[in-house]
Amino acid sequence: MNVPTLPTGPVVRTERVSVRVRPRAVTATLALIAAAVVLGALAMTLGDYQLSVGEVIGALTGSGSQAQQYVVLGLRAPRVVLALVVGAALGVAGAVFQSLARNNLASPDLLGFTTGAASGALVAIVLAGGGPAGTTLGAVVGTLVTALAVQALLGGVVGGYRLVLVGIGVNAVLAALNNLLILRTDLQTAVAAQSWLVGTLNARGWPEVVAVSVALVLLVPIAAAGSRRLDLLGMGDDVARGLGVAVEGTRVATLLVGVALVGVATAAVGPIAFVALAAPQLARRITGTTGPGMLAAGLMGAVLLLAGDVLGQRLAAPTQFPAGTMTAAIGGLYLVWLLAREWRAGR
Amino acid sequence: MSARLRADGVTLAYEQRTVIRDLDVAVPDGSFTVVVGPNACGKSTLLRGLARMIKPAAGSVTLDGRPIGSYGPKEVARRLALLPQSPTAPDGITVLDLVARGRYPHQSLLRQWSVADEEAVREAMAATGVAELAERDVGQLSGGQRQRVWIAMVLAQQTPLLLLDEPTTFLDIAFQLDVLDLCADLHADGERTLVAVLHDLNHACRYATHLVAMREGAIVAQGPPAEIVDADLVKAVFGITSQVVPDPQTGTPMIVPAGRETRREHQDVAARAATGP
Repeated sequence: MNVPTLPTGPVVRTERVSVRVRPRAVTATLALIAAAVVLGALAMTLGDYQLSVGEVIGALTGSGSQAQQYVVLGLRAPRVVLALVVGAALGVAGAVFQSLARNNLASPDLLGFTTGAASGALVAIVLAGGGPAGTTLGAVVGTLVTALAVQALLGGVVGGYRLVLVGIGVNAVLAALNNLLILRTDLQTAVAAQSWLVGTLNARGWPEVVAVSVALVLLVPIAAAGSRRLDLLGMGDDVARGLGVAVEGTRVATLLVGVALVGVATAAVGPIAFVALAAPQLARRITGTTGPGMLAAGLMGAVLLLAGDVLGQRLAAPTQFPAGTMTAAIGGLYLVWLLAREWRAGR
Repeated sequence: MSARLRADGVTLAYEQRTVIRDLDVAVPDGSFTVVVGPNACGKSTLLRGLARMIKPAAGSVTLDGRPIGSYGPKEVARRLALLPQSPTAPDGITVLDLVARGRYPHQSLLRQWSVADEEAVREAMAATGVAELAERDVGQLSGGQRQRVWIAMVLAQQTPLLLLDEPTTFLDIAFQLDVLDLCADLHADGERTLVAVLHDLNHACRYATHLVAMREGAIVAQGPPAEIVDADLVKAVFGITSQVVPDPQTGTPMIVPAGRETRREHQDVAARAATGP
């Protein structure tokens, strides 16, 4: 049969490996990495204590003054890295949930998972006195309970508006619970809890960076390995099962990965809105792919949160906005635009 | 008659609602088996049961001599492909990328696009006539083209058994015949076994080599259409009076429903018989 060759684009084949290379996705991924590096460098130099790029590099390599080393290694580097790893965790979690629900609005913040993580962490802080391990565990359990409750409320794959409505309800109930928990505690704990609830990268350090990084290293490979299966699940359970996907196993494994990522990220910096919603969608748009694209979603999340934090610090300096407030403000506009577009498309 | 795919004494149920009870069916190898029956008679459920989409509440579905549930998910997918009713194409996916997804059961994390994958996709697209649409967005195709693309996807799976759930629904008559001709071509070399659920009895009689007629979750008759289809069967399955004549084009049985007046007379006779004089 005389058939034209397939327009597959470049293909890499060795004896054991074969893969289609999508030039646009590769370019987009490299661009995201570059954006993260540039933003990171910018964030290291900006602030009340101005530093040049050279001075930052000096401090990082141990040749700067003691003051410079303190500012860079003790204050700015952990903050930048934390923004990157938390953003990445939220981006990957968003990609997982959006493709599990087959709905672009199904992000952990809109559905109340993030608020649920906060509830779990608050319960741990108020009842058990907190501690990093307890807070993290509380946040993960809180996320899981919320996720299961939302799934039961939705009862399967549903359209955008119902999803958003359920999310509003769940968010309201959990926010009330959070307020109640704070009211019940003493002033000092309440102030600490309240400042954490805003979602801020202030006054965080290397321990949080380590906790989130460990979670990323353990969980992102699982999410990435499951991403093709999630992609196939998007065509319906029967199609996916027909193609040889273990549907239930994939669903449970990726749900747990997403829940753990949201829980760990929220425990570290408090609830951060809209990164998980926007990152996977923006990543898909710039890579030109249809699937969850865990790597690109993670990088996009990292860039978004770091950008939000830099903006929050510098926009009205010396007044500082928490990163969570910045992402909520920008992301809110994005959500309005998204809903308006869906509404016009008649869905 | 050998049958790689068969169901023995299967009961298929959704939650609490039993759709099919204690049913036996064997799909003859190399056949184009067509399942017909009125709405909600369980024909799609039977197909989904045969394709391991529903776990039988009782009885067993056997593939190549082993219970279908004892295979690994990808192992079954290399032997049996299913095209369900109204599958969802992801937003913005190209024809090539959708068809390529049919290769999933043959791939692994490292081996994602082998020479064999490329060859299978090329052949599937050529066989269904969608090769020149490769770079088009699936969402922008006509209904008939889209159905061909989906069939290409399951063909790329390169399975000896192919199950299609109402592949002609929502298509106009020209596209319906188009899809059925394609099915006939696919099974013509005798190496592939096709099972399809169809609504149109005349189409079923024209194209099927083996017909399975169902009503209320049970099989009323099965066999080659020319041997089993007559007015009594049509009455038993669909509850309508009809005349069965040879199709002037193909010689296969053709069902001509009785006119409105005749059907009403029959109903009157039946009603009088039921109530007595």
